[in-house]
Amino acid sequence: MDQQPPIPPSDLKLLGSWADSHTHRVQLALKLKGLPFQYQEEDPLRPSAALLLHNPVYENLPVLLHRGCPVLHSTIILHFLDDTWPLHRLLLPSDPFDRATARFWSHFADDKLAPAVAAVFSSAGDGQRAAVDQVHQNLKLLERELGDGGAFAGRRFFGGDEIGFLDIVLGCGSYWLAVFEEVMEVKLVDPEAFPRFHAWLRDFEDQTEVKETIPAIDKLLEYARAVRQMMLGGGAAAAAAGGDNAATN
Amino acid sequence: MYSATGINCTPMAGAVVEDVKVLGLPLIPFVIRVLIALRLKRVEYELVEVQIAEPKSEILVKSNPVYKKIPVLLHRGKSICESAVIVQYIDEEWSDGSGSSSILPADPFDRALVRFWAAYIDDKLPAPVRALRWGTEAEKAAELAGQIRQALGLLEEAFVECGKGKGFFGGDAVGYLDIALGSCLGWIRALEKAKSVKLLDAEKLPRLTGWAERFLAEESVKGLVPDADEYQKFYAAAEARTSATPAA
Repeated sequence: MDQQPPIPPSDLKLLGSWADSHTHRVQLALKLKGLPFQYQEEDPLRPSAALLLHNPVYENLPVLLHRGCPVLHSTIILHFLDDTWPLHRLLLPSDPFDRATARFWSHFADDKLAPAVAAVFSSAGDGQRAAVDQVHQNLKLLERELGDGGAFAGRRFFGGDEIGFLDIVLGCGSYWLAVFEEVMEVKLVDPEAFPRFHAWLRDFEDQTEVKETIPAIDKLLEYARAVRQMMLGGGAAAAAAGGDNAATN
Repeated sequence: MYSATGINCTPMAGAVVEDVKVLGLPLIPFVIRVLIALRLKRVEYELVEVQIAEPKSEILVKSNPVYKKIPVLLHRGKSICESAVIVQYIDEEWSDGSGSSSILPADPFDRALVRFWAAYIDDKLPAPVRALRWGTEAEKAAELAGQIRQALGLLEEAFVECGKGKGFFGGDAVGYLDIALGSCLGWIRALEKAKSVKLLDAEKLPRLTGWAERFLAEESVKGLVPDADEYQKFYAAAEARTSATPAA
């Protein structure tokens, strides 16, 4: 059996942002696969020359550089990691139908759930109530899939006994639910309404590698409050204060 | 109630015979992607046409409860949704191991590259195409045509990196990115005709223009991408229905 030689840390470089859930997906994936990497903190509002060079189309994060070649979009990066290092812990399941299922719900996470959660944060009044309702509708769908007859029935994680691709995609982002619940004073993940999703999230966040990846909740709260303040007209100073404090993480 | 007019493709030599159904309509690019992928793998299938306007076909709602959209692939009693997910499923399910009929490239970086550009196509083309087709303001039309041309311009450059001097984005053979963009050629040609705009301009986009001709002539693609006139007939019928029905 082929053994893959140790990877020099200089082979992999990740351009990311400390509060960006898509960056966290890649950091967590690299950690789970045991791949060493260099990290470069980027300011999403002030892209570096490197970011503009390697991602001219979207100028967004994260960007993974493998021997200087860019790989873009977090879910594409996760696939790339499995393709390049198949002998390291696999993130995606091996069965084609299971892979299709994971990809479908990953698409759902970014296409439906994330925008709904973002809408809760950026709205107020009736608009926010509608956004909260939308989040609940989306969580209901996931709750159903974790239940009897669902695609992930009986599993502790979407990936089975261990966290995998879909756990990473959904999990890195779901911590914002608790943050927004506090900052916006809304109920998003009611353990009574979504017992399975709640249990999954709790177990996911309890994983060692996840705890090492996701920033402390107080930092996320501070960041969210600062952004919210700015959105409500508190001015750039408030956001800068929150951002600066957080960036020294 | 649903109507299921099955359209069987001609049995191919060495074809894989399993019970494979595609819920879809022949004019929809996302559906065409799935049909091309199945043809490339020599998998026989039945196209089951469904009602996508309300009331949607029962089989569509049952097999894609989250989005209620086409295409849906039905295989071994399971349903797979989202064209990008389906095409990758087809590539992995009917893999012959040697990679010779592989839809995605073998190299991990090339795979990431085509996934990126396929996602770009879905991000940048459908919205302006639809808005241009159904919109009426001339100013807005010029802006939308510009957006489409800009996206095609980037894909013209991407062709160089992906194709590596060969005839297709996939190199010597039709691959994932060829399918992603090629499936939209009917839409593009129809728009050019209906709105008298140049989108796939041979002078500005010579590589893509040459590629489009090669793509449409491919055995696996022939007959699957409708020409501009077929789209025109469909749009005309849809407009007639809209003007006949009182506004809600």
